[in-house]
Amino acid sequence: MCGLCGILGAGEHWTDSDNALKQRAGAETRRRERAHQVALTNRVLKHFGLELSDWHGSSFVLSNRTGASEVIDHFAALWPAAEKMIKRPCDPLDPKVLEALGT
Amino acid sequence: MSRYAAYLPVNVITGFLGSGKTTLLKRLLESPDMAETAVLINEFGEVGLDHHLLEQVDENIVMLKSGCLCCTIREDLATSMRDLWERRAAGEFGFKRLVVETTGLADPAPIIYTLMSDPVIRYHFRLGNIITTVDAVNGLSQLDRQPESLKQAAVADRLVLTKTDITDESTSELRARLRNVNPAAPVFLAQEKLTATKLLTNDLYDPKAKSKEVAHWINAEAFSDTPHHHHDRNRHDTNIHSFCLTFDQPIDWTTFGIWLTMLLQAHGENVLRVKGLLDVRGMTGPVAIHGVQHVVHPPVHLKRWPGDDRRSLIVFIVRGLEQEAIEASLAAFNALANNRSAAV
Repeated sequence: MCGLCGILGAGEHWTDSDNALKQRAGAETRRRERAHQVALTNRVLKHFGLELSDWHGSSFVLSNRTGASEVIDHFAALWPAAEKMIKRPCDPLDPKVLEALGT
Repeated sequence: MSRYAAYLPVNVITGFLGSGKTTLLKRLLESPDMAETAVLINEFGEVGLDHHLLEQVDENIVMLKSGCLCCTIREDLATSMRDLWERRAAGEFGFKRLVVETTGLADPAPIIYTLMSDPVIRYHFRLGNIITTVDAVNGLSQLDRQPESLKQAAVADRLVLTKTDITDESTSELRARLRNVNPAAPVFLAQEKLTATKLLTNDLYDPKAKSKEVAHWINAEAFSDTPHHHHDRNRHDTNIHSFCLTFDQPIDWTTFGIWLTMLLQAHGENVLRVKGLLDVRGMTGPVAIHGVQHVVHPPVHLKRWPGDDRRSLIVFIVRGLEQEAIEASLAAFNALANNRSAAV
């Protein structure tokens, strides 16, 4: 387990807060919520040449354009894995990243 | 309420060397409210002075072996906490709260890391709050010269000014500095009648107090740093500053999660504190979030807004990060969800 997984709470990530999900359960199912999460994340990952896919609703698979892939047990592990794969930081303050989001 | 709220609260008392942590702790422990409180103190140096001062509660004190919680003995803290839990489970003694007193040079962040990352501890304990003592006599100079002191003030949920009874000087400048560094933390005087309830028990996971707690955050907006305000280039904390972002439109929770996890992965070391009250799309009440560096605690959903203002509000205390960059980034990510909603 990488450091950040622990920091951000492996197994029950704060973004999967039960309160939050319960509140939203009436409007969107868990499956739709997860699909929404994957779709939005892929808008960001596209800039880095990466793609995330859901794996049976229990984990994720992160892939790059050369076919390398890594299973991500939970969302907390995504960014450390992405940085490891592209060998540079995924910085949301980078103007190039923000510019790419708008296209 | 999530099960997180039912975990045993841990209060961290920190503050620079000689700032009166132990005196404060000793006073609090005399209160009947603290009868079922276990205490972990951290011996520093050759003489365990803190221990001697706290001998009245020695039954519940577990001395840590090494000198500093922040980097070298985190495992000691985890071991001590697991041991306490086992003794509690075995019926050796009962306690409903744990207080951890750090050394004067400690960085509180790794303690919080330990609470959230240890596989046993994280399912039994939760962070209550962080209380930082600041010496009214030497506080300004310590904030100027000691990065540890500044960090301790920046991550606090409560600030306690000590030694105000032995100085004739006004504390207004010190208070202004503290507000600049940490606008969301209320400031108490050690001379006041400080009760355990006042300092320790009102936190975000206390159903009776959470609305009051977030009210402090909202007030922070009034004190928050405007860009480049209060900056003094001669100070060591030139790059540490606070600001408050507000957003008129509801925030997409999923996008916010992607953004904040990404921000903390890249810059967590420099995001000393983040506290927010969010108007999340699809929810009737606000969601309170708070974190210290890489650690984000489980969000708390509130039934109603504390006031008429329904805008999302996020207080950041950062080191070397620009308000404009963070604001633009979050806005761009939030627009991602808005664009997607419009396209669907």
